[in-house]
Order: sequence, then C-alpha cells, then structure tokens
Amino acid sequence: MTDIAITLTVNGVVRRVETPGRRLLSDCLRHDLGLTGTHVGCEHGVCGCCTVLLDGEPVRSCLMLAATADGHEITTVEGLAAPDGTLSPVQRAFAECHGLQCGFCTPGFLCTVTALLRDNPAPTDEEVLEGVSGNLCRCTGYQNIVKSVHRAAEIIAEES
Amino acid sequence: MTTKLFGEPVRRREDPRLLTGQGRYLDDLGEGAFEAAFVRSPHAHARIRDIDVSAAIDVDGLVAIYTWEDLPPLLAEPLPLLIPHPALTHGRTATPLARDVVRHVGEPVVMVVARDRYLAEDVCALITVDYELLKPVVGVEEAAQSAHLVHADVPGNVGAHLVQEVRSAAGLGAREAIEAAPHTLAFRLDIERSASMPLEGRGVCARWDADDRSLRVYTSTQTSTSVRMAIAAKLGLPLPKVEVIAPDVGGGFGVKIVHPWPEEVLVPWAAILLGHEVKWTEDRREHFVSSAHERAQTQFVRVGFDDAGRVLGLDVTILHDHGAYTPYGIIVPIITSTQLPGPYKLGAYRVEFSSVYTNTVQVTPYRGAGRPQAVFCMERTMDRIAEHLGADRTAVREANFIQPDEFPYDQGLIFQDGRPLIYDSGDYPGSLRMLKELIGWDSFDRTKELAAAEGRRIGIGVGCYVEGTGVGPYEGGHVQVTSDGRVHVSTGLTSQGQGHETAFAQIAASELGVPLERVSVVTGDTRRFGYAVGTFASRAAVMSGNAIALACRKVREKALRIAAEALEADPGDLEIVDGEVRVVGSPGVAVPLATVAVLSNPLRYAFDAEAGRATQFAGTSSFDRPPVAEGEEPGLEGRDYYSPIRSTFASGMHAAIVETDPLTAEIRILRYAVVHDCGNLINPMIVEGQIHGGVAQGVGGALYERMAYDEHGQLLNASFMDFLMPYATEVPFVETAHLQTPSPLNPLGIKGAGEAGVIPVSAVIASAVEDAEGIRISRMPISPSELFDLRRAAP
Ligand code: FES
Ligand code: FES
Repeated sequence: MTDIAITLTVNGVVRRVETPGRRLLSDCLRHDLGLTGTHVGCEHGVCGCCTVLLDGEPVRSCLMLAATADGHEITTVEGLAAPDGTLSPVQRAFAECHGLQCGFCTPGFLCTVTALLRDNPAPTDEEVLEGVSGNLCRCTGYQNIVKSVHRAAEIIAEES
Repeated sequence: MTTKLFGEPVRRREDPRLLTGQGRYLDDLGEGAFEAAFVRSPHAHARIRDIDVSAAIDVDGLVAIYTWEDLPPLLAEPLPLLIPHPALTHGRTATPLARDVVRHVGEPVVMVVARDRYLAEDVCALITVDYELLKPVVGVEEAAQSAHLVHADVPGNVGAHLVQEVRSAAGLGAREAIEAAPHTLAFRLDIERSASMPLEGRGVCARWDADDRSLRVYTSTQTSTSVRMAIAAKLGLPLPKVEVIAPDVGGGFGVKIVHPWPEEVLVPWAAILLGHEVKWTEDRREHFVSSAHERAQTQFVRVGFDDAGRVLGLDVTILHDHGAYTPYGIIVPIITSTQLPGPYKLGAYRVEFSSVYTNTVQVTPYRGAGRPQAVFCMERTMDRIAEHLGADRTAVREANFIQPDEFPYDQGLIFQDGRPLIYDSGDYPGSLRMLKELIGWDSFDRTKELAAAEGRRIGIGVGCYVEGTGVGPYEGGHVQVTSDGRVHVSTGLTSQGQGHETAFAQIAASELGVPLERVSVVTGDTRRFGYAVGTFASRAAVMSGNAIALACRKVREKALRIAAEALEADPGDLEIVDGEVRVVGSPGVAVPLATVAVLSNPLRYAFDAEAGRATQFAGTSSFDRPPVAEGEEPGLEGRDYYSPIRSTFASGMHAAIVETDPLTAEIRILRYAVVHDCGNLINPMIVEGQIHGGVAQGVGGALYERMAYDEHGQLLNASFMDFLMPYATEVPFVETAHLQTPSPLNPLGIKGAGEAGVIPVSAVIASAVEDAEGIRISRMPISPSELFDLRRAAP
C-alpha cells in the first residue's frame, strides 16, 4: 500500500505525515503524531471520546480518514490550554466541579464543550444537555459535567 | 491548616494531567511495539477441525501466528480458577487460545502479531478456521433443562450449587416458618445481563529486557500485583524479574479484576519469544464478546409474613447464569444470596443457588457484583408485602429494620470472604427518615393526584440496601519522607478513576501534618509495592486508606523520636505542623521534616550540603550506641498493613419519582434521591461523584442495557450503537444526603463507597413504575415496549 503525504495544522503547528490511505485520523493523531490525549472508546462514532475540533468544529476522529483531513486545522485536547500552560476555562471548570473521574472520555467532552460555549456562551440547562448528548461517560453520571459546563460559561464571562 | 484535609472536598491531583491529554493509558504506551490481534470464534459452540494460515503468511508486516499447539506446557493449560469454593464442584476455565472446543462467540483461537494493528487484522481476516458446529446453550432455563451440555464433563450444566439457611429464633427453618405464617406469597423475578463497559477496554503492553532477563508489563487491570504473580507462574519466570504496572486506567467497574486474561499471558510470552515489545489493545467489539458480563439471574421467591408485614420466613431459589467459564468462581451468586437480607431482620431465611453454564461470555463481577439482583429481590418482596396488606411501602420496611442499638448484627450467613456476615454499624430508620423527607414521600399522594388530574401518570419508588465493603484479606501502604521534605506514598492496589491519588494524599497529609502538595501517591505499580490484593468490592479507601494511615503513624512516631533528640525535647511534647516538627506551644523551637529525614539516615558520604549533617564527623550521633540502633532502620519511612477481621457494611436508600407516558409508555425519571452512609468521608466531592456515576449505571441497567443473545448464542447488540448506555439526557439529577455512622472496625472509621450508587436502582425504578402504572413489575430492565405489552396484558 502506498502512503499518502498529507499536511495537517495540529494545535497551531504544521505537521507533515506519510500515511496509508486507510488510516483513521484518530490513529494518525495518536500514533503518528504522538498526541495520545485523543482517546478511542468505540471506533464506531458513538462514544465521542475521539472528538477533536476540525477547523473549529467538533468531529469524531475515528470516523474520518487522516487523508481526508489533509489541509485542515485540528485542535486536540493538547491544544486547549494557553501556550504558557494556563488551563482553558473549560479545563479549569472540569477540575473545579469534579467533571471527570477516569478521564478517558474527558478530552472528547473538553473539545465538544469548548466549541459549544464558543457558539453559545450562556447555554440553558437544556442546551447544555443537548450539547453534550453525543458523548458517553461511564464514570461521572454527567451531573458534574453539566455543572462544569455552566461553570466554564461563568469563568469565560468573568474573564472577558 | 494541613490537619483538616481529611474530610475536605479537596480538588483532585490527577486532574491536571488528565485534562491536558497527559494521562497515560494503555494504548498510549509502546510506540514502535508490534501489535497483536486475535482470530476469535464466530460460533457459540463448536469443535475446531482445522486452522489454515496458508493464505495469511505472505502479508507484508506479519511477524508471527500462534495457535494453542504453539503454546509451551504451562501456558497451554487452562487459566487459573481464581477463587475456588467447595460448592464450585465443576469449575471450568478456558485455555489462553482455544484447544479444540470453543464455548462462546469471541473466544480467542489464533493470535497474530504484526508490525501494526491494521496489518495484524489483515492477517486475521486471511486465516480460515474450520469448525464443526455444536448445539449452543443459551439462557439459564435452557441450561437448567440440560438437553445439551456446555462442558461435556459437567452434568446438568451445573457448576455450583449452594444452600445457606438461617433458622428463626424459635428454631424453624424458612420453609416451616412460611407454612406457619399468616400470609404467604410466591413469585418469580428476572434480571437480564449487562456489563461494566468501561470506555477504555482492556489492553496489555509487554517489554522484555533480554540483557537483564526481566519483563515489564503494563496492563489495564484492577490488580497489578496478582497479574504479576500469574505471569511469573505461567511463564516460569522468577518473580523479582517481573514487574507489572497499571497505568492510567479508563474505568474498570469490575471487569478488569479478572486476571490473567488470555491476552495478559500471551502478549508477554510473545514479547519474550520475539525479543520485541508487543502490545494489544482491545477494541469495542472484542470487549463485548470476549471480556465479561454480569447480572443475569432468575429468582423464585416464597415469603411468609405477619399482619404488620414482618417477614417470618423467606425462601429464595436462584438460577445464576455463569456464561461459559468460571475464572472468578461463584462470588457473584454468593454475594446475591448473602446480601439479600439487606437492612432487615428476617425471621428465617433460606437461599439456594445453582450456577449454570451457558454458551455466552463469562460472568464475573460488575459494580454491585450480585447486589443489584439481591436488592431487586428483597425490595420487590417488600413491595409485594405492602401491596398484599394495603400498607405503606416504607412502613413495611420499617417494621423489618434492624435497629440502631442492635449492632453488631449477625445475619448468620457466610459472606464472600468466607467470614461471618456481621454488620458493624448503621442507622436504617434514620436513613429512611432522611430519604422520605428528601423526596417528599408523605406528600406524594397529593402530588400524584394533581398529576392525574392533568392526565399524567407518576409514581414513587424506594429501595434499601446494605453493602459489605472493604473485604480482606489485606492491603498495605508505604510512606517515605525524603530529605527534600517530600512524602512518597505507595500502595499496591490500582486506580480506575476513583481519585486515589487525592484521597490517599489527604490521609497522609492529615496524619503527617504536611501540606498536600508535598505528598505524591503511586498505586498499582509493583515496582513500588509488591503486596496487594486489588481494587474491587468498594475496598480501596477502606483497605489502602487505613494501611496508609497506619504507615504514616509509624513514620510520625519515628520522626518525633528523632526530632526529640535533635530538639532535646520529649517526643510527647512535639507536634508536626506544616511539615515541621515543633514543640507544642513554642512554635519557634522546630525542625523541618526534611532535616529529620536527613538525620534518620546515618551517612558516610555527603551528596549535598543537607546530607552533610548526617555524616559521621558531623557530631550529631552519640558514641554510646551504633549509628543505626537495634530495632531501627535507616530512613524516615514506614510500611504497614491493614487486615480487617471482617468486612464493614455501608448502607443506603434511594427513592425515585418517575413519569410514564400514557400513550408511548416512555419512562422518565423526574427525581432521584439518595441517602448514603459510608461512615466517615475522606473527600465528600469524590464520594458524591462515585454515587452519581453508580446511579447512572443503575439507570442504564434499569431502563436500557441488556445483552441481546439470540438462540444461536450470537450477541446481536455488540456495539455502542445497539447496546444503549445512558447519555447525559437519560440520567436524572441525583439529590444526595449523607448519614455517617463510622465503622468501629478500622482506625479511620470509613466504609466503602464505590459500588453503592448502582445497587438499588433497578429495585427503585421497578417500584416507581409499578406505583405509576398499578401493574406488577417482575423483570428488569424495562423498556417502553415491554411496559406497553404489560399494559395490554393487564387484566
Ligand atoms: S471512538 Fe470515536 S466515537 Fe467512539
Ligand atoms: S470520566 Fe471515565 S468515562 Fe468519563
């Protein structure tokens, strides 16, 4: 199988990769680029663990071939904190509200919620539930995740 | 104040790494490792006639193909039967790769190692296995009929049969007591299969150091110490040459306590053989068909009671579905049968179970471990009694409660640890009072009427449980203060998201009087602590928490002794505050713990200026005794173990209000309330999180999750698309209240909390749906279409 050369901008850095055409974006990020923060929980598009931002929009990196992401910008969990390491409001809110336990689903939630609050800075309860209803978590029962989203909205409002 | 850390909702120390993608889960390790994939049986029951690999051997990137024939003698044997029990007369386990017969869909037959997983799967697809199909046995009833056998040498498909009976005070057996009772009822209950289903599956990564002849294995396990011993035994390696590490683990919930999995011995074996790192990461389908499930039981209940609803006799016969193998023994049905009495004094109790084999995935503990079934049975019984007598459901429970002044209370049974089942403490009437207030039990009739006037159907339900937690035999803790003043804590059991790094650090910081930031905690790494049992049965906080506290107390005592000498004070006059040993009442007279650590280790060589204080010409040691006095050891460290005489019993009560749609039969949980008693809380934020997560899994088990096996033993819903786990939209907001009756059994007065949330949920939802609908609920989970059918069948 011949590899395809692609260029991705991941977390602001231009990365060139030679990848087999069938390679999933999730595998490319995790194993070719070493960004193992993006997790894989089902590989069939249901759990949302593998969610990354593609040109700012949440996508399931297990449902996409790396080759089709050629030329696009990707943000993974590793790219959410500020360059100086300061955690983003969403990350801080999850820590404050105990929005994670094992942490396996967390990168997917963080990416999803980052986009959600960018588009809707003051979501209602319903909108938060709707917003995270594509991500599974087996640990937290979601209550503290929902709380984290509201808290993140507050932090963003306080800081802007 | 450092000493107030115990009991505080301290933020988790593991979060910064997990929030930034810096966690290290199994599949994040082993860059450049060869990867394994498995050819698994597509049939539930078949004999292997032939395995043909000829089409596969030319695949570029293939490294090796192994079948059972290739395995060395020790590895070719069946895997260990981990928990033997005299009643498990026909325990059976699988060989790591199937030898001649496969007994469930998903059983591993061929192991392929290749340059990467894609290629390994390519190879798997090209291997042909020729099977002769055998008749599969699916479901407990088919198993009990035993027209066909899962194991040719297990008659009747019965792996185990156990009866326990507790006679009444008057000496009556349960059956006699029921015959003599003023009221009797008999009914059948059913619970379907579910599974732990952590979002991270299993996985193993093994590295052989040929020069050192040592093996390092990372595995996503709930017990690294025991995996280590199993690997050493199976591969014939000296134990000190094997180290096993549980990295960050993406959830366990019970399934990862099973060990060694076939892959846990095969992957290290291949790594040694190939002289190259090998790893295997389970995919979701593999997790569905080749790990473990739980819950499925059929229960036949007979109960006799008096006019007040007091149970005079209870007789339960359980058919337990054990799947194809019994590596974890009969722990699940034992727990069901012994935890069934819950918070109640039963006049007489008889419980009998048969654990039967079926051609399905093996059954091993999933959070709750047999208790959800037990509570379903007991609480359905309480509701039936109330219905029969026209009594309030909570009044019937009250009439049966063990009273607060009756502890310790001996249930007269033998628990899962082989020890007497004696409740240590609790306050069940108090707990129910709190719950009724929290949910508004007494005013619900009015609420229900108002809803009915609007054409809405709502119902309220309740469920109570007692949970034996913190089972032995033991856990240990090691605490070391180094000369930089840092405190290093380790314990052998593992973590899967419970926040042990935080809770254990809180304990150590409180015990030692040091700031939390100075404490670091390592779990599940045999390089740091080799003796442990594992994380299961809500035991980590109780077992390791107390072991660490005891180890800290040793360290503290030693620190005070050394500091007393340095300060020329009496140890009894010293305290440790903020990492400094000081004389009580004169804070100026103090010595930092860092210095005490230096002084604790008499040196010849000064590796830094601080260490110079402990060298032999520093003038700090007395000439009357050797530098390391008799009975002493160098270093400011301590190790201790906690081994309880028996389990400690947490308890709780849940209530829910549900609404059922008159047209569509959709079931919605409007409110969910929890009163929970796990003794003293180390970190209330973490405990609440455990309860939320447990309730969510309980909701899954009550309304959505089931393993849909067809009559051929094919699992029809082996994906997240078809096995429905609750999303945020399906889980209610959980209102919690805590009652704290400390355990008298351990120094910290704590009880376990990990499983609590899940235990009574099916019972509570059944009770609430029954109340809303006026239709008896005897089978869980319940889907809208099942409720719809029940309505149509109702008289
Ligand atoms: S791994 Fe992509 S959605 Fe589950
Ligand atoms: S925190 Fe474990 S799956 Fe969400």
